[in-house]
Amino acid sequence: MSAFDSPQNRAASGTGYFASLSRWNIFEILFWLALASLYFWPHADLVLMSQIFIWGLFAMSLDVLLGYRGIPSLGHAAFFGIGAYVAGYCGKFGWTEPISALVLAMLVAAGVGWLTGKLVQRVAGVALLMVTLGLNLILYDLVHRSTEITGGDDGLQGIVIDPVLGLFRFDIFGRTAFWYALIVTFVLFVATRAIIKSPFGLALTGARENPRRMIMLGAPVEGDVSRAFALAAALAGASGALLTQTTQFVAPSSLSFQRSADVLVILIIGGAGRLYGGFIGALIFLFLRDWLAAISPVYWYFWIGLLLVVVVSFFRKGILPTIEDVYTRWRGRRGASP
Amino acid sequence: MTETPASADLVLETRDLHMAFGGLVIFERMNFTLKRGERHAIIGPNGAGKTTFVSLVTGLLKPKSGAVMFEGRDVTRLSPQERVKAGMVRTFQINSLFRALNPLESVALALLEREGKAHLSLRHVAAEKELIGEAMELLHQFGLERDAYALTEALPYGKQRLLEIVLALALRPKLLLLDEPAAGLSTQQGHEVFARLAHLPDETTILFIEHDMNLVFSYADVVSVFAAGALVLSDTPENVRKSPRVREVYLGN
Repeated sequence: MSAFDSPQNRAASGTGYFASLSRWNIFEILFWLALASLYFWPHADLVLMSQIFIWGLFAMSLDVLLGYRGIPSLGHAAFFGIGAYVAGYCGKFGWTEPISALVLAMLVAAGVGWLTGKLVQRVAGVALLMVTLGLNLILYDLVHRSTEITGGDDGLQGIVIDPVLGLFRFDIFGRTAFWYALIVTFVLFVATRAIIKSPFGLALTGARENPRRMIMLGAPVEGDVSRAFALAAALAGASGALLTQTTQFVAPSSLSFQRSADVLVILIIGGAGRLYGGFIGALIFLFLRDWLAAISPVYWYFWIGLLLVVVVSFFRKGILPTIEDVYTRWRGRRGASP
Repeated sequence: MTETPASADLVLETRDLHMAFGGLVIFERMNFTLKRGERHAIIGPNGAGKTTFVSLVTGLLKPKSGAVMFEGRDVTRLSPQERVKAGMVRTFQINSLFRALNPLESVALALLEREGKAHLSLRHVAAEKELIGEAMELLHQFGLERDAYALTEALPYGKQRLLEIVLALALRPKLLLLDEPAAGLSTQQGHEVFARLAHLPDETTILFIEHDMNLVFSYADVVSVFAAGALVLSDTPENVRKSPRVREVYLGN
């Protein structure tokens, strides 16, 4: 008897394979439980934790483009900033309910992302880096210079955010911010994970591997670029909105080139194409920044630069994929020995 | 049964196809016809324009002038994707696969694209039980079911070559264009590939470029000879074999 000896068995084997890809494994469950349990860590810096979730979600949004579709972007902060300012204007002009404002921020960012995708769908490689960077710089300069509308460098003042579900007020200890950011991030992670494991995710990976072949399968590769940008932008917009809502403040730095570079560093350190890489990268980046900034407030980028060089030189694919490879080899060796 | 007019049985026709790259003229005027159900081989020396012809037919290249007719319809202005949807599918001379996917994922992807089911959704692939079953059957027909879960880039070359063909067949082509399907295979492997293609139903018309004359004369029922951008001859294998002009093209004066 073999898994391949009849059409029924072959179909069952194939379906079983795809089902195994979307099944939650023990490490994933432990990972999210560990994030939640950080709340109970004595003297935990809850504000820093919220920042980690927000950066992790932001890096995951870039992972959809870079890790799965193979599109690099040097201007990803543009979508983060759009989400952040939409949430800011909502809070400033009376739309103070946070969840609906977050959804609106995602929709606006998705729209801009979709248009960006239309614009860049025939561009590839270095030109793509330049176009995304250019769009980011244009947007930054517009926001920075329109002082009457955006408050310029001083940022948007007077943002009011209602308690979440009318029950949980955003407090100075960051307790509500912690749970709000974690739960929103988790819900969006679950949705993104499902999309990545869906036929659409498979099509994105196929186009990353071989766009010419995808064309010869009759696939709408250009439309898929727009859809991937819209999805990534919606997620980035959500993370921007989370930052505004948990801090009741938004400034042009939310869409600065520095932020675009940082999110790329976070994703590369953690490892692209795994969905979790961005979260691992955010944990390392923000803890390190927090710790280094306390030691030498001015020169901490030196250490971030060094970390980037070391990771890319010795781990190549990033930290998470390297750990995965080592674990797979260790299991393989254990399975092979009698 | 009524007699259908001869033109209705033409799957593919090119009319005065003109193609040039800069000043280099590839085809002056290519007129070519392909009947339904044919196993049609294109042979000719290197540089005769064989691969360029396939690329013009499938839309990866656009002609300077002239028309490509597919099943009686002018498809010259259609995109490659639209031609695939119309039933025109090609394979590549150099393997063009999804290296980091496994064969099952690759074939399932082809089937999902054929059915238009790869749109943005939360529904996971495992829910498409019938398509996954179909993908496994296709792999089984080509003896690839045991490699279904192996990384494509780790497969031996011969199996990658088979996967190249399976990906095309997954789209249920009316016209299958194969650019040197046996390239890089051993003689025996080449015969295995063609033996499998010979079993395809007659609705699938096959046009293939091939250098191995043994394979051409064993499996083609019509052979076209290209030389220097012109169609020298299009006839049965026996007549092509006997033709003095063909000898001239291949051996020179």
